[in-house]
Amino acid sequence: MTMKTSFAFALAGLALVVLALAPLVLPDYWTGVLLGMTGYVTLATAWALFSGPTRYVSLATVAFFGVGAYTVAVLNEVMPYPLVLLCAAGIGMTMALLVGLSTLRLAGVYFVIFTFGLAELVRQTVSWWEVNVTYTMGRYVFLPFEGRHIYWQLLVLAAVTLLISWAIGRSRIGLALKALGDDETVAAHAGVDVTRIKLLLFVISATIITLVGAIQAPRWTYIEPSIVFNPTVSFMTLIMALLGGAMRLWGPLVGAVPLFLLFEWLSVSFPDHFSIILGLLFILIVFVMPNGVLAKFDDLRKGNRA
Amino acid sequence: MLEHVVNGLVLGGTYALVAMGLTIQYGIARIMNLSFGDTIIAACFATYVLFSAFSISPLLALLILVPAGYGFSLVIYKVIMKPLVARAPDEGALEVDSILVTFGLLFVLQGVLLTLFGGGYNSYSFLNTPVNLLGTVVAGNRLLALVLSLLIGAVLVLTLYRTRWGMVLRAVALAPQSAPLFGIDTDRAARTAFAIGGAMAATGGVVVSMFQTFTATAGVVFTMKALIVVILGGKGSVPGAIVAGLLLGLVETFVAAYIDPGLTLAAVYTVFLLLLLVRPNGIFGKA
Repeated sequence: MTMKTSFAFALAGLALVVLALAPLVLPDYWTGVLLGMTGYVTLATAWALFSGPTRYVSLATVAFFGVGAYTVAVLNEVMPYPLVLLCAAGIGMTMALLVGLSTLRLAGVYFVIFTFGLAELVRQTVSWWEVNVTYTMGRYVFLPFEGRHIYWQLLVLAAVTLLISWAIGRSRIGLALKALGDDETVAAHAGVDVTRIKLLLFVISATIITLVGAIQAPRWTYIEPSIVFNPTVSFMTLIMALLGGAMRLWGPLVGAVPLFLLFEWLSVSFPDHFSIILGLLFILIVFVMPNGVLAKFDDLRKGNRA
Repeated sequence: MLEHVVNGLVLGGTYALVAMGLTIQYGIARIMNLSFGDTIIAACFATYVLFSAFSISPLLALLILVPAGYGFSLVIYKVIMKPLVARAPDEGALEVDSILVTFGLLFVLQGVLLTLFGGGYNSYSFLNTPVNLLGTVVAGNRLLALVLSLLIGAVLVLTLYRTRWGMVLRAVALAPQSAPLFGIDTDRAARTAFAIGGAMAATGGVVVSMFQTFTATAGVVFTMKALIVVILGGKGSVPGAIVAGLLLGLVETFVAAYIDPGLTLAAVYTVFLLLLLVRPNGIFGKA
């Protein structure tokens, strides 16, 4: 490890400690804000892990997020919590494998379309199952967690996700990914097993997203499909990652933090027009910075104001 | 059995109708429009308002809303899509950009509808008289919907395949790079195609609102189904969209009748995936 990397690690570790101690001094409201923010940082980083290098835009974040939350809702009274999390991860992983195996061989646009509808499909299927098989609509989550407990779990997950992202960037897979992102055909000819790498990344990313949903589930107490499969989650994750730059390690984080605060403020100040503002903001982001803020900074530093 | 076939064809007819609009937008203007379903829903609400507040029949509403849909899409293209088309280095980049921008547009349209009309279910009663057809009873509005869909589909196919203007559009769809060499204004063709797509979405909305309840948030499902039909039929293929649309309507109706109404979307997805695996370029698509 070079000096620079060890320094970065020390700095990140210090930040992590400070963040972990924050709930002990902050009032509950701000712990809640930190919790939501950490959730989105993890979601955006996990999203970018797959979609950044492969350029397969996934609109299915909430499908996995919701499955995670719902698994906790169904299983929280039957087994101990760690086992529930494992189950959620397992279900998310299986689902990602199935979706990935059937769509990742196809052109990117088919994947986008499939993921676009996946959340709706999963939501309807879960609702159907609840109505016809288990005869329950809506479930309660009773776990002895306060906001800060959930926050700490999310913080660990966020750190692990960033670590995975960093490790992948330095490994052979990362190299293969760079080739794949530049030109898939060339990468395939150079001996990169394109489909397998895409599948691997998709599964890792989806599993993390499922876990975010699972860990956040106790926040709601009451859960039903229309709450946990809210498409806004996919949407916000996407904007955050794109704003920060999906190709960089810290990009999604840089995008998620300010946007989360902005959304928090918007949803309190303009609850009725939230989705309109969200949509307009999104269009604006695509227009002004197609490669994300960090790339924009680089451009500005290099002096070529394209 | 026959009843389900008729109902399936009615449903399929509307799917074919809206999918034709989307396939033209995607095939010719090269824009993957995720806000398409919300345009349909907007037309549903417009028909609803015209009918219940001004007692204008949905058939007359077509005369107002189809040009409105055309105009609306034309403006959207000029303001939002044109800059993206201009800056896109290749077709793939435009595809991603257009998906992202229309994803944003989806939320804007949906938000406007939610603010204006709320999130509840809406419907109105128009021509809800039973008609006897081939021994089964069908609601008059459904039958009218089917006739309208087929009529409009036929007009569109004839225009595309029998007029010079249609030939220009098809040329752009087939070879966007070579078309300008023959003096075709591709930008104008794309603009027109996108606007026609919008007009078709408006038509679809009017037709759908005659026999179905709709909510402000139902746009996603319409977009999804239209997209599936477009892909099954082959990108840019109008006859493909008609066949695939009818097929999808039949599948849905039969699944709803014999298995469970709650599983129609799952069934549609299964058909989509299976066909993609067997024929990745659609029923009528070229490899």
